[in-house]
Amino acid sequence: MSAPAPGIGSRLKGLFSQQYAWGIVALLLLLAVDVIKDPSYLAITVNPTTGNLSGNLIDILRQSAPVLMIAVGMTLVVATRGIDLSVGSVMAVSGAVSMQFLSTAPNTAGSAFAALGMGLGLALVLGLVNGVLVAWVGLQPFITTLVMMLAGRGIARVITGGQNTAATNDAFRWIANGTVLGFPVVFVIAAVLVAAVAVLVRRTALGTMIEALGINPKASRLIGIRPGGLLLSVYALSALLAGLGGVFATASVMTVEVSRTGLNSELDAILAVVVGGTSLAGGKFSLTGSVVGALLITTLDKTIVFLSIPSAATPAFKAIVIVAVCLLQSERVRGWLRGRRAGRAPAQRPTPPSPAPSHSSPVAGPGGEPATSGSAGGAGTAGTDNDQKAVNA
Amino acid sequence: MSTTLTRPRPTAAQPARRGRGSLLDALPTIASVAILLLMFVYGEAAYGKIFQYNTISNLFINSSYLIILAVGMTFVILTGGIDLSVGSVIAVSSLTGVFMANAGLPVVIVIPVTILVGSLFGLMSGVLVQYFNVQPFIATLAMMFLARGIASIMATTPVRLDDDSSFRSLSEPIKLIDGPKTNDLVVTPSVIIMILVVVAAVLVLKRTRFGRTVYAIGGAENSAGLMGLPVARTKLWVYLISGTLAGLAAVVYTSRTGIAQNVTGVGWELDAIAAVVIGGTMLTGGYGFVLGSVVGALVIGMMTLLITRDGTVPPEATTIITGGILLVFVLLQRVVLLRKKKKA
Repeated sequence: MSAPAPGIGSRLKGLFSQQYAWGIVALLLLLAVDVIKDPSYLAITVNPTTGNLSGNLIDILRQSAPVLMIAVGMTLVVATRGIDLSVGSVMAVSGAVSMQFLSTAPNTAGSAFAALGMGLGLALVLGLVNGVLVAWVGLQPFITTLVMMLAGRGIARVITGGQNTAATNDAFRWIANGTVLGFPVVFVIAAVLVAAVAVLVRRTALGTMIEALGINPKASRLIGIRPGGLLLSVYALSALLAGLGGVFATASVMTVEVSRTGLNSELDAILAVVVGGTSLAGGKFSLTGSVVGALLITTLDKTIVFLSIPSAATPAFKAIVIVAVCLLQSERVRGWLRGRRAGRAPAQRPTPPSPAPSHSSPVAGPGGEPATSGSAGGAGTAGTDNDQKAVNA
Repeated sequence: MSTTLTRPRPTAAQPARRGRGSLLDALPTIASVAILLLMFVYGEAAYGKIFQYNTISNLFINSSYLIILAVGMTFVILTGGIDLSVGSVIAVSSLTGVFMANAGLPVVIVIPVTILVGSLFGLMSGVLVQYFNVQPFIATLAMMFLARGIASIMATTPVRLDDDSSFRSLSEPIKLIDGPKTNDLVVTPSVIIMILVVVAAVLVLKRTRFGRTVYAIGGAENSAGLMGLPVARTKLWVYLISGTLAGLAAVVYTSRTGIAQNVTGVGWELDAIAAVVIGGTMLTGGYGFVLGSVVGALVIGMMTLLITRDGTVPPEATTIITGGILLVFVLLQRVVLLRKKKKA
């Protein structure tokens, strides 16, 4: 991006300093492709009798709800230098337990609530297991949640006995297919929850503490932030939101497909997070960005189907988007884009500069062991820091 | 193997941390060998017919692709990385192989190309990790989905290898010991390939400069760089090796089953990681051995065998059990690491 003139240049710079600006551009491009294929693609019609809105844009909002849920949870987890690969499996588990319960329960609003409670409850338990293993046992987040991803899919299968359980419950179905003021219920719930999480983390010190933990676990520990509770809460919240996403995903078809519900959802969530400009190295996060990312993914999904490309191929397109975004985030490519040499040292990930980047070595995987680095670092890690500086110098 | 050269951690100067293959270091590996033996004994006692030529032969024949994958994964994990793409790479590789074989191309072309498809994905992961500083699990996750998507574009239904294809000859049994009835000790060319891969990997890691660099990077990447070791080149190579071995595993697997699908290999990356971790290789890198991963892969193969023999364990529970075993071993590693820190 070479700035054409100082005034416009600085304004452009202001816009593009928000990384999700690229997400918005991509979203508009996708919609443009759709419009070229079908000029009336964006039309929204109002049903005169029910007042319901319908149209492709509304469909996108409806479909984006589960992705929004897991993306918000993932954003907070990623901000702590973690990752939650188990969200897809948790979706399947919560969907499975609700469907299994509803398949025998009476068709009442009460049993819908019970099913919702059971799904969310079990999801919360799985999230707490993740959280305890990461926060107190000190396991690497990605291996912990990888185990949960593996086991969760198995748990979903055991719950339904390997069947794709279907059920009938009008109240439960309403969650996915009903409307409020013309808008899909799922989207309204998702929007309210996203807003609630945003208020929770931005109007309290919680968000700042999460960012501090992600930017530098050791320093955050020294200023008195206890990582345990924070980590436990973000993993629990992520699983809880994933559980709700699972309810959304199964309620729309009233069937849980144990091997397909939530499959590859972790990719969607990670994609939404990185498109939104939250660095996978942890630290600063942007919930707005993740919302943009979630909408982009849903639009991508819908566009691929619309262009009659086999939907089994969607992962390939998403992978390309992920690679592109990761490349854009990498210092080396940014250096090239700025027309400067990226430098002799290996490019740093776009973490904000911190006095002691004890875990920013690329080999440390997703954040190394955030829970222990504060307590057990000591002289050893200080040595690593010096090495790091020496390499970067 | 674990001298100060191969594990140059900042505190490695302290004598407590460099005991040559100290008991604590080897604890996970010892545990996995014990578990494997226990599984054999339990299987023999509960179901019988375990200590037999044909059971043992089948264990190796069925585990050969997983062992090859686990060997590749060992290289990556030793540097502190991870390769999540291997399962999907197998799908693309085997589909490529089957399509080419069915098109009538000679097997001397088909097999190298099948392997090279794997190398290509490994190369892409390596470039992303090394030159663009993408975290290993993100880069390989992207490759995992890219490969799966490409496989799905190639075919969404199972593709069968022609019955007369010479591709299948890799799984022709060769009798070593002719026992009574079907109880023979047999190997297939695939098993021989697997053994060659294991031997080569052991030699490369133990005896070559490249192998020592791999350990050094896992121990402390920055120090390895400061010592003048070729960190960038080596990291690229480990992903290339992992991808190539995934291609080879695809050849082995396809020759045995004769079928390629876009869903082949879903979850195999987890099996491979589990095998490596069970075998005692530290997920943080810097410590572990190839032979441990072989034991780990055999533990998983044996578990599948026992579950099949038992028949009462629902197949749905298999993933939970694998996950559980993986978790136990990761926890064991954690304990070992904490103990070491205390000692240091």
